[in-house]
Amino acid sequence: MASGIKDKVAILGMGCARFGERWDVGSEQLLAEAFDEALADAGIAKNQIDAAWYGASLDSVNVGNSAIPASTALRLDGIPVSRMENMCATGTETLRGAAYAVASGAVDIALAIGVEKLKDTGFGGLPIPYKGTLNDLWLPLVSAPAGFAQLASGYRAKHRIAPAELKRAMAHVSWKSHQNGALSEKAHLRKAISMDTILNAPMIAEPLGLFDCCGVSDGAAAAIVTTPEIARSLGKRDLVTIKAIQLSISSGQESTMSDWDGSYVRNTRIAAKKAYTEAGITDPRTQLSLMEVHDCFSITELVTMEDLFVSPEGGAIGDVLDGFFDRSGGVPCQIDGGLKCFGHPVAASGLRMAYEGYQQLLGRAGARQLPSPSLALTHNLGGVPYLGVAAISILGLAP
Amino acid sequence: MTFGITGFGAYIPRLRIERAAIAAANAWMVPGLKAQAKGVRAFCGWDEDAVTMAVEAARDCLAGRRRDQINAAWLASTTLPYSDLSNSSLVAGALGLARTISALDLAGSERAGTSALALALESRTENVLLIASERPRAKPASSQELAFGAGAAALTLGTSDVIAKFLGKARKSAPFVDHVRAADAPYPQYWEERWIREAGYGALVPPVVDAALSSASLAMGDITHLVMPSPLKGASATLAKSLGFTGSVAGGLEDGCGYTGAAHGLLMLADVLGRAKPGEKILLVGFAQGVEAIIFEATGEIETRSAGRGVSGAMSQGQTTDSYMRFLSFYGEVQPEWGMRSEKSERASLSAHYRVAEQLAGFFAGACEACGTVQFPRLAYCVNPSCGAPSSQFSDHPLTEEEAQVLTVTTDWLSFTPAPPLHVGFVQFKSGARLLMEMVDVGAASPQPGMPLRLVFRIKERDKVRGFNRYFWKAAPATITREH
Repeated sequence: MASGIKDKVAILGMGCARFGERWDVGSEQLLAEAFDEALADAGIAKNQIDAAWYGASLDSVNVGNSAIPASTALRLDGIPVSRMENMCATGTETLRGAAYAVASGAVDIALAIGVEKLKDTGFGGLPIPYKGTLNDLWLPLVSAPAGFAQLASGYRAKHRIAPAELKRAMAHVSWKSHQNGALSEKAHLRKAISMDTILNAPMIAEPLGLFDCCGVSDGAAAAIVTTPEIARSLGKRDLVTIKAIQLSISSGQESTMSDWDGSYVRNTRIAAKKAYTEAGITDPRTQLSLMEVHDCFSITELVTMEDLFVSPEGGAIGDVLDGFFDRSGGVPCQIDGGLKCFGHPVAASGLRMAYEGYQQLLGRAGARQLPSPSLALTHNLGGVPYLGVAAISILGLAP
Repeated sequence: MTFGITGFGAYIPRLRIERAAIAAANAWMVPGLKAQAKGVRAFCGWDEDAVTMAVEAARDCLAGRRRDQINAAWLASTTLPYSDLSNSSLVAGALGLARTISALDLAGSERAGTSALALALESRTENVLLIASERPRAKPASSQELAFGAGAAALTLGTSDVIAKFLGKARKSAPFVDHVRAADAPYPQYWEERWIREAGYGALVPPVVDAALSSASLAMGDITHLVMPSPLKGASATLAKSLGFTGSVAGGLEDGCGYTGAAHGLLMLADVLGRAKPGEKILLVGFAQGVEAIIFEATGEIETRSAGRGVSGAMSQGQTTDSYMRFLSFYGEVQPEWGMRSEKSERASLSAHYRVAEQLAGFFAGACEACGTVQFPRLAYCVNPSCGAPSSQFSDHPLTEEEAQVLTVTTDWLSFTPAPPLHVGFVQFKSGARLLMEMVDVGAASPQPGMPLRLVFRIKERDKVRGFNRYFWKAAPATITREH
């Protein structure tokens, strides 16, 4: 039985660029913004980095292939830099690569960095995906909201929920994130929005209206990791360590066999169970201090509350409307605004979530600071609910 | 031995437009179109062409019958999507017909349908599937824009279970050019109507009808149904009068369909076969560069033939729109601004296509012989995690005629589609197979989980770079809602 990664890797420093419609900069400058902050936070020089994992997901509008765009942007000379792409889980994947390298003893200090420059497409929403020559011949090319809207359809049918009731809970999810985003200096959308505005917004993919969809943003985020021992030897006292990183990827069951009922995300459930085991968490509802989940769409966040076993099955609507995930609730969710308001530069998002968890755990979250948090969970969902990637990381204070 | 028609089927696109909407939009320049502005005409969705309509008509014709006995698939049309790529082979592939059949495209004139029928009768080709399909284009504001429709008809011919036996026929060619469309021209050009009626129908048809009657040893009074397609209103009634015909003049399907060129004779024939009684004799006339006249007699079998959709079913399944711009857009007469999302390359890889062409065209899922899981697409291993057998253990499981229903669905306003919004969701088949599919012809009500579906063969994507469209199956409500 593998011993897992719990407490074997510490975060030495993190950085996050200002997210948003960054007409002023390209991906290389976004990378630099996140990297400079992370280096300063870590208190090390660039030449102390032994290896780097670099994520960029949508290269058609971004940076091109390979890791060379990152190594040249950051002038990382003569060290291994690996390019990672796993859709919206890309950022968490870079952290996993860097953490595993450190935990294995192969390197002392590793960099995880992700960037996405989405606002060079010329139109709103995500770029048009390409699914390969085989899928191109039969698979309907659906937008991201249309893929995730299937969850709403399945959830309503399974739990016999009236469309208006689910829509109201979804609206609360977005309302809460806008409340939080207003307090986030680096967030893309920093304006509170009324429930009426959310409920009456133009429809994108039924039942997802404009405010049920997250921001499409430019951004970058970075983490520098090392062992707890090296971190302490470098003078760090309060340490945030990685308690778990787990992924689960579809093998085609949900979208090909007849078991899945459309109401949940199987990968999240599998990854969550593994992550809780790795981290030693037995009751996430009481043990987790905060969550940064993949709220690409409001329905995704709502269903994720059940898939992470924080709400009982069918119970997320009640918890959402009760304010359990609001900043004053039992487990605050998206305290930095989430994908909804902080923004969603795809390959940076997993690291942005870790950045918020890291700041909260160290008590550096300013106006957003929660009282004495001890465990922060991040959750990414790449692809679509029925054919995708779920990535979960759990960060906490070192023992 | 009796030889004749052993089955028939029809397809008319569900989309219909009110002729009044076309006339109103063009009233500023041709107020006279108002005289033609009665009822509705059928038009193709952006994803329908002569091939997809042929598949649907053939499925109607072959419903509940064995397909492995079909020896030939002949496709007649003047609007085939490909000039150098066997259109009938595409149809045969979608129908899952044997690879050894004779697949033949017949084109070149609006008589292609009736001439193909005459050829099958002369050659007594056993178990031939004969399809005529047409998606005619007409210039905006032309009389043809109001008169034309779209549709397809399919017949099977042979010696067993004959529902309408062949009695006799005649033909005579004539260099009579009532209209012309050059090989690369989108629209036909017609000569004066009065000349076509008098010097064409009036002068050329009667001698050929007489010859057909004498070949069958019949007199005009023996004929029950006269089937004479024409884009010109009332042409067959006038002809009946000059022939001294007092029986039933088959309607031209004007309200609900419209004139369908090379398909129209067979479509009207299929309509008559749907209501003909045993012993009734049917005279079919085809007109283009001459005349073809063919006579059939309905047998007792016609009453035992279980009715498929047929023409009456297809006529009744309309979804009417008054959006003239939508109609023009689907036919490429206007190019609206679809935005940058529409600018992706639709170029298909021909080699990648060939590897899965049969699987896709016939919609053959793989049934795993090791565990029974039915799955699409077929990858290297069985999808069932407790099985994982290699795909060499899969057998073909066609999904096209299987019961299916909506599992999840949404209405997507963001994705580019030439017919927004995109309805898309998971389709659950009775066998356990499931996949994400586009849903079409949904009518006024959005699909809901549990809604029964039927599959339709459509264009998945038009290849604007190389012209090789990708065809695949989509799901449509099994029962329709009228308003659109």
